[in-house]
Amino acid sequence: MSKLIVTDLCCQRGYNQLFSDLSFEVASTNILRITGTNGSGKTSLLKILAGLNSSEKGSVVLNDFTVNSDEYQQQVFYLGHSQAISSELSVIENLEFLTSLSKTTDKQLLSNALDNIGLKGYSDEYCSKLSAGQKRRVILAGLFVSDAKVWLLDEPFTALDNNGIKIVEGLIESHCNDGGICIFTTHQDSSLANQKYLAL
Amino acid sequence: MNIYLQTLKRDLRIAIRNPSSVINPLLFFVISVSLFPLAISPEASTLSQIAAGIIWVASMLSVLLSLNALFHNDFENGVLEQMAISHYSLPLLILSKIISHWILTGIPIILLSPLLGVFLFLDSDGIWVLMLTLLLATPSLSLIGSIGASLIVGIKNSGMLLSLLILPLYIPILIFASSAVSQAQFGLEITGQLYFLATFLVVSLLTAPYVSAVSLKISLE
Repeated sequence: MSKLIVTDLCCQRGYNQLFSDLSFEVASTNILRITGTNGSGKTSLLKILAGLNSSEKGSVVLNDFTVNSDEYQQQVFYLGHSQAISSELSVIENLEFLTSLSKTTDKQLLSNALDNIGLKGYSDEYCSKLSAGQKRRVILAGLFVSDAKVWLLDEPFTALDNNGIKIVEGLIESHCNDGGICIFTTHQDSSLANQKYLAL
Repeated sequence: MNIYLQTLKRDLRIAIRNPSSVINPLLFFVISVSLFPLAISPEASTLSQIAAGIIWVASMLSVLLSLNALFHNDFENGVLEQMAISHYSLPLLILSKIISHWILTGIPIILLSPLLGVFLFLDSDGIWVLMLTLLLATPSLSLIGSIGASLIVGIKNSGMLLSLLILPLYIPILIFASSAVSQAQFGLEITGQLYFLATFLVVSLLTAPYVSAVSLKISLE
């Protein structure tokens, strides 16, 4: 049973206070959807939870491990706005490197992940030749092999077609059914069942 | 495979597939050195006196030219973000990137230097010492350069800023390395200069990856 406890977070960007004294808890099997207008601090909050940004005060704790500790970082999968792929490398080379930043993964598993995300036959293609949606799918393929308990997904459905969105939603549901936690933002309609909302 | 070796391999692979980023600084190195005999004098006595200085200044500037690319692409495409949240050590991941930068710029400069030394009438002792100083000091150039590159990574058109930040730190290396070569040409003792360059290398090896990691994290916020 995992539990992410967020206490009294504050975030200021320039002269704007995006949020203050933000506290919430997310337990295993929960899907939390962060909603808010553009510039309301959704990405900033996810970045704080991922350990990329620091909060002026407050704490983020996952099963007694604070953010930025090795144990915490090992449990987190973060997908940002950027694709995190190099156009000079092939699809499989990019995916292999990205997944190895959290753990060593067998090449066959990665190849299966690419098939499942809808990139069958693209494994040796250079990423410069892919469309925006296909590029997004490369890093999303990492979800299939991820052991992380907490998924932090910033606009995961951007550039994906309906089929892609369904695959990712299925992944999120099965991850949470297996005891994982998913926190995500999106401006699109999502048919995920049992999602809770956090409005910023 | 170890993640640090994998990072090194990835950077080398990207460079091989995009060779202009590696070849341009090296071409700059060779062309700028080869212009000096035309501008100053083709006399062997004049050239051999200033050869060490010319080669060292050119190699420093060509390393500077290549530093912009050290973190820029990975910052733009989000790979650095993924490295920063990984549970692996960010300073060591950065060190892997710095080593690949040295393999791609430092080693070719060391290998080209004897040819350019002969071109500028440097004697054989001078050429050996030149190669030795380059071997000891080009890793320091990449290491110290990584600090500057990480500070300016989020800033657009920051080439001049990088020079202003980094060149003052390069100056001690330039002074000691070129004086070692000139003294070797006169048969004088050069161990002092070599010890200084070695110390500089050790200090920058121990500090630069950490400083770069901290400034990259700030840039990523």
